[in-house]
Amino acid sequence: MKLSTYNFLTSMAIKGVKVGYPLKLTISKKDVVESEFNPVFIERLLPKLDWSAVYGAAQVAELAEDIPATQPENISDDEQLLQRLHHLLFEIDVLEGQMECPETGRIFPITDGIPNMLLNEDEV
Amino acid sequence: MTKLWKKYILWFAQEHVDFRVAEFESIVKLFNIQFRHLTEHRLKPFWMVEFPNDETALQYASRSVALRSIIELYSHAHTIPEFHERLRAHVDLHRGELNVHFKANSFKVTVETYNKHFSQREKVEKIESMDYLPIAGAVNLKNPLVEWWYLEFWGMDATAVPATPEDILFGRMLTQGQRHLIQQLSLKQRKFIGNTSMDAQLSLLMANQAMVRDGDLVFDPFVGTGSLLVSAAKFGGYVLGADIDFMMIHARCRPSRISQKVRDKDESIRANLKQYGCADRYMDVLVADFSNPLWQTRIAFDSIITDPPYGIREATEKVENKSNAKENTRTAEMAHYPSTSHYSLQNLYADLLQFSATHLKLGGRLVCWLPFHRDDYDETMLPQHTHLRLVANSEQPLAGNTARRLLTYEKHLEYSDCPSQSIGGAPTQDFRDRYFNTNCAVESRQERRMRKAALREEGRLAMELRGKLHIDGRAKKCDLNKARFD
Repeated sequence: MKLSTYNFLTSMAIKGVKVGYPLKLTISKKDVVESEFNPVFIERLLPKLDWSAVYGAAQVAELAEDIPATQPENISDDEQLLQRLHHLLFEIDVLEGQMECPETGRIFPITDGIPNMLLNEDEV
Repeated sequence: MTKLWKKYILWFAQEHVDFRVAEFESIVKLFNIQFRHLTEHRLKPFWMVEFPNDETALQYASRSVALRSIIELYSHAHTIPEFHERLRAHVDLHRGELNVHFKANSFKVTVETYNKHFSQREKVEKIESMDYLPIAGAVNLKNPLVEWWYLEFWGMDATAVPATPEDILFGRMLTQGQRHLIQQLSLKQRKFIGNTSMDAQLSLLMANQAMVRDGDLVFDPFVGTGSLLVSAAKFGGYVLGADIDFMMIHARCRPSRISQKVRDKDESIRANLKQYGCADRYMDVLVADFSNPLWQTRIAFDSIITDPPYGIREATEKVENKSNAKENTRTAEMAHYPSTSHYSLQNLYADLLQFSATHLKLGGRLVCWLPFHRDDYDETMLPQHTHLRLVANSEQPLAGNTARRLLTYEKHLEYSDCPSQSIGGAPTQDFRDRYFNTNCAVESRQERRMRKAALREEGRLAMELRGKLHIDGRAKKCDLNKARFD
C-alpha cells in the first residue's frame, strides 16, 4: 500500500463510527519502489489530500524531517518539496503492517502490500 | 474567419459497430477537436469527415481503437468514370502540395474492398486504372514512404451485393488507429487473468469512453484481475482498484487457464501493469466491500471505470449484518472470513451511481456495463441519478437472449445532499434469477438450493439402501478447494 492510498482510507463503515479518520498506521515491513516523478499529477492530487494525515504518514515512515507539519502555501513552486512528497506518497510501499480505527480500535491488516478493509458481518 | 477544412476518410474495423459513434464523440471531446461530418450513414465501415488540419486528425487517431486508418481524401464518387475524373481534377488542382508525396522514393497501393472479394490480379488492374497519377518512386510493399489506399464499398448486405460499387474512394494514408494495442494487451499473453477479465479491445474502448488522460486518477470498485486498469494506465491514468474477493486480489484464486494448475507466485495486478510498462501508474488495489463507505470525502476521481459482477461468472455479494445469523461458533484466534449475502443488481447500480455522484470530479465520467435480457430492454430500465447525465449507451450482444450495455455517465452537478435527488430505473427482476430460470419458473435461489440439497439427500439414502458407498461430489470439490491453500 502506498501512503497516498493511506491518505484516502477511513473506517467510517464500522457501525457507530462517525469520522474514522485518520487511521493509525503501523509499518512492520516496507519497500521503496522507484517511480517516475510527475509534478503535474502531484499538484492535481494535493487538494484531495489531508495534510495532517500526510504528515502523520511521514512520521510513521521516518521521513518527518522532509515534510512540514502544516501545509505550506504555493507548494507547486517548491520543486524540492514536490519531489519529497512524491517519494513519500508513491515510492514507499507498505508491505506488511496495519491500520487502526481511531474510534473503535478495529485493526485492518496489510498483507503482501494489500490492505484488507473488509468488515465482519456483525460490524456493519 | 475562414477556415481551411481538410477532408479525410475514417476507415473503421467492422467490429463492435455500436460503440463507434460514442468513442468518436468521447475522443473529440477529450481533445476538443472540431470536425464536420460529410456522411450521414454511421454504420458504414468508412466515414468522410472534415478536420481543421492533419494535427487534429492525428490526435483522433492517437486514441481510437475502432479506427483502422485515416486517409487523406483525394477522390470520392459513386461510379468508376466519375471517380477517375474527380481524382484527375484533384491531382491537377493540388499538384504543388501533392508533389512531395508523388515524388517520394517508395510507395505502396493498398486495395481494400468491402462486401466483395477480388483476386490479386483484379486488384492490380484496379491499381493500373490509375496510371495517370504522377507517382515517381519505386514499389515497396514492406516499408513504403507513402501508402495510397484505393477503397471500394459494395454495400452492407452480403446477400444482395450490387452490380457496381456504391462508393469508390482514394487517398493517402495519414496514419493508423490504435488497433495494434488490441494485440499488445491481449489476454492470451497477460500474466494474471481470471474468468471475468475484460478483453483488450473493450477495455480500451472503456478507457476512451472515460476520457482518461495523462495524470488522471482512475478507480475501479470491482477490480477483479484489473483488466480495466491496464487500458486506463496505458492511456496515462493512475489507477486504483478495490474488490471484495480477497483471493482474487491476492491472485490466489483458481487459475482460469486450462493449462495452468496453480497460480504463479508472481501473479498480480501490479505484475500486469509492469508487463505493459505502466508500473508507475499503479497506485493500489485493496480488499473492500463496495456497499460500505470507505473513502474520505475530499477524494475526487477523474473517472470510474468498472464492470460490476452480474452474478453469473462472479457472484454479486456484500457484507451485511444478518438478523438471523447462525450461532457464533468461532473462537477469537480463528481466522474469520466474513459471510457475504446477495447484493442485488438494482441495489448495486443504485450504490454505484450514488458513489459516482459523490466521488467523481465535476465533469468526470462513470463507465460501466449493465447486463440485461433483450426482451426486457427499454430506456426506462437504465439506472438514473440527478447528478449524472447519460452520455453514451452502446450494446454488445451476449449469449442467447442476453446482452450488455456500456453506459457512460457524466457528472454535471456538484454533489449536494439535497433530498430532491432521485435514483430511478434499474431492472426490476434480478439478472441472475432470470438467466437461470429460462422457463420462467419462479423459484428463488434459496428454494432452488433447498430443492437440490433435498435431492442429494434422497440419492444418498437410496444408495445406502442398496448397500453402496456414497460419494459426495460436492464435498470432494470443497476438499479440493481447501487443498489448494495448504
